[in-house]
Amino acid sequence: MGYIHSLESFGSVDGPGIRFLIFFTGCRMRCRFCHNPDTWELEKGAQYTADELLDRAERYRSYWGDEGGITASGGEPLVQMDFLLELFRKAKQRGIHTCLDTSAQPFTRGEPFFGKFRELMACTDLVLLDIKDIREDAHIALTGHTNANILDCARYLSETGKPVWIRHVLVSGGPGTSDDDGQLAGLSAFLDTLRNVERIEVLPYHTFGVHKWDLLGIPYPYADAVPPTQERIENAKQILGYYKRK
Amino acid sequence: MADRKEWAGFRGTAWKEEVNTRDFIQNNYTVYDGDESFLAGPTDATDKLWGKLKELQKEERAKGGVLDMDTDIVSTMTSHGPGYICEEYKELEKIVGLQTDKPLKRAFMPFGGIKMAQESCEMYGYTPAPSFDKIFNEYHKTHNQAVFDAYTPEMRRARKNKIMTGLPDTYGRGRIVGDYRRVALYGVDFLIEEKKKDLAHCGNGTMTEKVIRLREELAEQIRALGNMKAMAAIYGCDISAPAANAREAVQWLYFGYLAAIKTQNGAAMSVGRISTFLDIYIQRDMDAGKLTEEEAQELIDHFTMKCRMVKFARIKSYNELFSGDPVWATLEVGGLGQDGRSMVTKTDYRFLHTLENMGPSPEPNLTVLYSKRLQDNFRRYSAYISVKTSSIQYENDDVMRPVWGDDYSICCCVSATQTGKEMQFFGARANLAKCLNYAINGGVDIKSRDQVGPAYRPITSEYLDYGEVMEKYDRMMDWLAGLYVNTLNLIHYMHDKYYYEAAEMALIDTDVRRTFATGIAGFSHVVDSLSAIKYAKVKTVRDESGLVVDYQVEGDFPRYGNDDDRADDIAVWLLKTFMNKLRQYETYRDSEPTTSILTITSNVVYGKATGALPDGRPAGEPFAPGANPSYGAEKNGLLASLNSVAKLPYEYALDGISNTQTIHPDALGHSREEQVKNLVLAMDGYFERGAHHLNVNVFGTDKLRDAMEHPEKEEYANFTIRVSGYAVKFIDLTREQQLDVISRTCHGNL
Repeated sequence: MGYIHSLESFGSVDGPGIRFLIFFTGCRMRCRFCHNPDTWELEKGAQYTADELLDRAERYRSYWGDEGGITASGGEPLVQMDFLLELFRKAKQRGIHTCLDTSAQPFTRGEPFFGKFRELMACTDLVLLDIKDIREDAHIALTGHTNANILDCARYLSETGKPVWIRHVLVSGGPGTSDDDGQLAGLSAFLDTLRNVERIEVLPYHTFGVHKWDLLGIPYPYADAVPPTQERIENAKQILGYYKRK
Repeated sequence: MADRKEWAGFRGTAWKEEVNTRDFIQNNYTVYDGDESFLAGPTDATDKLWGKLKELQKEERAKGGVLDMDTDIVSTMTSHGPGYICEEYKELEKIVGLQTDKPLKRAFMPFGGIKMAQESCEMYGYTPAPSFDKIFNEYHKTHNQAVFDAYTPEMRRARKNKIMTGLPDTYGRGRIVGDYRRVALYGVDFLIEEKKKDLAHCGNGTMTEKVIRLREELAEQIRALGNMKAMAAIYGCDISAPAANAREAVQWLYFGYLAAIKTQNGAAMSVGRISTFLDIYIQRDMDAGKLTEEEAQELIDHFTMKCRMVKFARIKSYNELFSGDPVWATLEVGGLGQDGRSMVTKTDYRFLHTLENMGPSPEPNLTVLYSKRLQDNFRRYSAYISVKTSSIQYENDDVMRPVWGDDYSICCCVSATQTGKEMQFFGARANLAKCLNYAINGGVDIKSRDQVGPAYRPITSEYLDYGEVMEKYDRMMDWLAGLYVNTLNLIHYMHDKYYYEAAEMALIDTDVRRTFATGIAGFSHVVDSLSAIKYAKVKTVRDESGLVVDYQVEGDFPRYGNDDDRADDIAVWLLKTFMNKLRQYETYRDSEPTTSILTITSNVVYGKATGALPDGRPAGEPFAPGANPSYGAEKNGLLASLNSVAKLPYEYALDGISNTQTIHPDALGHSREEQVKNLVLAMDGYFERGAHHLNVNVFGTDKLRDAMEHPEKEEYANFTIRVSGYAVKFIDLTREQQLDVISRTCHGNL
């Protein structure tokens, strides 16, 4: 059984085509701009079996066309590695395209994680990898965690040739935010060392999730953050090579 | 009929021997498989005329919604001299003809009801000629009075308490689509000859009521055709002979439609399926080098401009029901033929392209007859226009074609009708949510305290029992179905007698098939209420007299709109049950009963008149529109909602199942290209499941809020949105309806 926050039948911006989105609960990162803080706690999710989820997903198969399928998102799906593995394995048996939306925070080349991760990749068609900030100190300030293992995950996926879409949340609002030309250039240089990046998506920070913090009674820690202007979004896309990689 | 010179180059024979527009189309149209790159932008003339019209629309809005009104001329086909958008640009109008002598001026149309005609004038500060009062009250009565002469006290009570609402007893019933193409293809003289033959063969001399009535109607039709010629002559056109070229074909066809909108102020005055037909003429002229793409587009733009100008004088209570001044000049593109060929031509593109050349617009109510088997290019272009303008709707050709053939039109919002073969008795809708409250309260209306329904034993328990409620609801629906059908029988009898649609019926076969279109309001709330009673606990809250005035729901229950069979099965049951009850009653002129789940914007008014419901909906709150799930019920996103609606069997709701969905552009895809692709996928999947209809809006509520607060902004002047069954300029809605639209689910507001 897995802990699931919610399901969305019409996902069209989380992987290719129209997708059934499965939001896992559980995440160790505490990103200051998180728009789904209600998915942090593992046990707050409702329990489902893998087959239950796939039966639900398949009700939407007629909408998927040639590209669609399921996307595991969250939360951080890798927190529930065993369940995720079962879900994707069964999905592939049913001929469903699988996509993993992850921050890679649990990633390590140590066992037992790594062995399972390799098995998972064998039944994952596409990884949407979030890189929050290329600067280690800024990353820790933002998420409470190092980015070293996250970048290592990116390198591993490159080594194995797994198709990856990089996603980068662009936050404006002053020093330390990701909307910084130096940060963006650093990230771009890192991405240039990878061979498997099919696409780079710049996700503009938005405030739609702020009310969830209020509901959870947690003070919103990123009050100085602002959504980027159209011009800054364009700037980030240019620096990150959005157009040349597309 | 001998071969006419106007038909040179046209193939086929059957259509030449007798009136058969479909046969002409099937023998002559050219499928277009390419993309939209051939399309031409607006001509200088189009820009000038449309610019002028936009000014007039602005003026109309500034004057409170009406630019000008007739007060001393009763509208007939020939009541006015020629009218143009403006004198200065008169020569630029490729397609001519207005309802009155001035653009956007509303005609005086008393036959549906003199009281309403007078009231609508007075409402906007105009004084109708005093003589009309005497003429239409003393010398001759109108439809509205005739209906009320015959109503029973029970009917009046049910109407007053709004368990039946929007009945066409105070206005024209509309929804009859003449085959306006016949005017172009045959010319009016031939049509007169054919109708004269029908009259000669009508009856065997025994004068039964049926024969007498038909003979009189045929005489009316023949007279109407004569008047049509006279009307065209006012504009210097002779439509007695067939159209000889594309411009004439568009113009002749428009005259047919103009005859209808000059004589009838029906709720819905649809244009019909004309794109493939007109394309044949355009293609012939282009092949002969007589017409360029720019000129072809100009013809379609100018015709469309005329459809954007149709106006009727309405009263306040009507505007509350059908907000935003709609006329349902519904016009279809797309669809497949019975032989499997796509009926998409270049002119189908040209009609959609009017929304680019002249910007978004609610009228004509552009409808794509959709099938996954239509060309990729066309499906993509339609979706592209949706993403860009939110002005078009989609209906499933694959479920309609088997029932109505391949030459049906959409009359009103979503209802199919075989062009030139059928007419419809429009019957508004019955409030099934209120009926549920009647079942619980023994027929007493909790708003008025009147005994409206039969005084069956009410439910007296504290908690509602599913079995008991179902038994009582079933009996109360029996009563409502019977009363509803009989009320409509009476209304349509009088409409035929006092406000017969001679112009439209003259363009329909004499041996006409009639449908009897009923409707359902409050659908999702009944489903959720029954589900709440079945799967949760519903406690009644009673007032001092013991009537149930509110409900408390304890526990969770499945709601319609989540692809959950527990709730959706109730939805299917409700539709089938009510339809089967309607079928038990005799319907006027042997018509075939159908029903729709469609409320238009009247969901607000119906909701206002209905008390609290067991699903937790508070008293007075708007209903969800049409077959949409209730507000806030959808927990699993757009496709789960679409799947729920798609389960409703079209065969039980042949008058249509309306579904309106709003998607935030950011939730539809990262780029315009992706948005278009994803919308096509969503529609392919939805219609493949046998769903009937989809209104597609692509915008966020942020934009709606801004438009509500700043209606004066230029960008909102023609900002069009789809509501249940039609499109409307958002700024023309009442504030109440604007708030209602904003509160509906927008998929993707993270």
